[in-house]
Amino acid sequence: MAHLSAENVIEVRDVWKSFKSVQAVKGVSMSVPKGKFVALVGPNGAGKTTLVEMIENIRKPDSGEIKILGKKWKGNEDELRRKIGISLQQTYFIDKLTVYETLRLFASFFDLGKDRVEEIIYLTGLNEKRKSYVVNLSGGQRQRLAMGIALINHPAILLLDEPTTGLDPNARYEIWNILKSYRTASEASMILTTHYMEEAELLCDYIIIMDQGKILKEGTLNQLLEDDAGEKIIEFTLEKGLISSDIIKPELPFKITIDQGGRKAWVSVKDLNEQMPLFLSYIKSLGLSIKHLECRKKTLDDLFISLTGRRIDD
Amino acid sequence: MIKRMKPYQLWQLIVATAKELIREPGVIFWGIVFPVLMAFGLGIAFTKKTLTVRKIAVITPESTDRSSISYFPFHEFLNRHGERNPAPATDDYSWKVYIKDDKLGDYEFLFYEMDHNTAMMLLKRGTVNIIIDDTGGETEYHFDPLNSDAHLTYLKISDLAGAGKGTAVTVDKSEGKVKPLTLSGTRYIDFLVPGLITMGVMMSCMWGISYTIIEKRSKKLLRRMIATPMRKSHFLIALITVRLALNFIESSVLYLFAFLVFDVRIQGSFPALLTVFIAGNIAFAGIAVFVSSHTSNTEVGNGLINFVVLPMMVLSGIFFSYHNFPDWSIPVIQKLPLTILTDGVRSIFNEGSGFSLIAMPSMILTATGLIFFAAGLKIFKWH
Repeated sequence: MAHLSAENVIEVRDVWKSFKSVQAVKGVSMSVPKGKFVALVGPNGAGKTTLVEMIENIRKPDSGEIKILGKKWKGNEDELRRKIGISLQQTYFIDKLTVYETLRLFASFFDLGKDRVEEIIYLTGLNEKRKSYVVNLSGGQRQRLAMGIALINHPAILLLDEPTTGLDPNARYEIWNILKSYRTASEASMILTTHYMEEAELLCDYIIIMDQGKILKEGTLNQLLEDDAGEKIIEFTLEKGLISSDIIKPELPFKITIDQGGRKAWVSVKDLNEQMPLFLSYIKSLGLSIKHLECRKKTLDDLFISLTGRRIDD
Repeated sequence: MIKRMKPYQLWQLIVATAKELIREPGVIFWGIVFPVLMAFGLGIAFTKKTLTVRKIAVITPESTDRSSISYFPFHEFLNRHGERNPAPATDDYSWKVYIKDDKLGDYEFLFYEMDHNTAMMLLKRGTVNIIIDDTGGETEYHFDPLNSDAHLTYLKISDLAGAGKGTAVTVDKSEGKVKPLTLSGTRYIDFLVPGLITMGVMMSCMWGISYTIIEKRSKKLLRRMIATPMRKSHFLIALITVRLALNFIESSVLYLFAFLVFDVRIQGSFPALLTVFIAGNIAFAGIAVFVSSHTSNTEVGNGLINFVVLPMMVLSGIFFSYHNFPDWSIPVIQKLPLTILTDGVRSIFNEGSGFSLIAMPSMILTATGLIFFAAGLKIFKWH
């Protein structure tokens, strides 16, 4: 487990945070070992952003302790700021500055000059756009610029809040490439929040699933899916209309979860050969007929559904 | 921890702020062209010599039954000196008297003949403000002596036609030379230009600085910037420096225009002017930082800025002297930053003041700016 690792670059211990009447983060503890990429996944409102902003020292926790590289923020702000790279959930840069000028400005905050700006332009593939105003960039280009700014100071720790939300698959793929090539060139550690399970699976070594301000489950991808070893998912829709929750009975040997709209349902089965016929005859006994059926390996999405009863993007 | 100055970082911030500003074409128009247009428009409107037209009722002798009298002195005067309307239609004037005056502006008096009742009615309505009756063989002027315009008309006409029997004071005929105030420093344009300059400083600081801060906060750019080792003070210093430079350019262009077109001159000390100008910039920059220290909503920002700017625009004597406001309000008005700045700049422009007169106002303005700046920074929300 991560807690046992020799050197943790980020340590979060029993952190709480509330806004007015909302408890956003309820006693979260987590850590990031050196050189590891950690994904914080969960639906909107899970408390991911609040947690990351507290790690970034943009928000102060109500209680609990946060240490970066073994140091608290208080009194070490300037030093720690130099060692972390940040991308916020949404940032607009100055509309009428060019890509080059924007990077130049942010480089100056870290006492870095033109050379580093050129490296970042190369790394983010923005050379053709170097003289374009930020306002004229596409969503993907703007996000690449944000990524470039996050990487400008050779950060040892990256804190990225939903860097690919709202981007098309192609643009998302480009962001992943930037992060992968930075990883090979450095020993950086990272926390990345996302609600794309796929992104977490692809980029990160360790996954923390959050919902309603708490950590539901954490581990490597294999560890997370191993708990339900060999479980398979049967996904189905019905011929006639919506699936009613009446079909869920506690005495059944398999667990059925229904989509919130009732259009789809999932059944998790341990032994396909044994349980598939049971499932089919059960459906038949109810007088229903199946329109579409798919059998597949369990994914993080399924894990989230089985943990919360909801889909992550609902 | 000792905070080192970082000239390179500060310079990059200044460059970025300046570029952002000058790449917005509206800034050039509203900041530089518009004040010049306003000076031009108001300058022309208030310095052009005007033609004043006044209508005067003259009582027709036929409308009275004083058949014994056959000499009507004012009619005599009109026939001799007036220009008779060749074909008067109904309700048209009968005589016209034109007084040419290069110094005070031309006057045109139009005389309408009518009976006494009609004349009184028109007087009550304000169409005419003086009635001349010579049907008794002697010129009588009827007007309200409290109406200064009627009084002036009376003085002008009686000067030409003889005093007659006026209901107002007798004319002092002692010969004095009229010297209209066209000397530099006493005209309306001389009053206006310093006011436009100081108003420009206020508007530019309040809208420019406040709005930039609020907008950057609402776009979460402030939050992104302070998530780096950027010095917070450098960000504000850059913003204020660029504004000060822009205000200096704006004011210089406006002054240059006023000098070339209207011959407006700075009669006092230029270094003193620069001092009070910079003090004014500090005052409004400080107020701007304070006003924008908390909100991230541009509409709230709008309201706050207007709340500060509008009262001063009306009260501080930019367009017209505040001495026309009630006596009790004047000490209050004189304590407003824009009043202090405007009075200071104006006294250097028009009264030839130097450091001695503007030292105190400059100190007050600087202190105001610093206090608001410090208070604003204390409650400043970076995210």
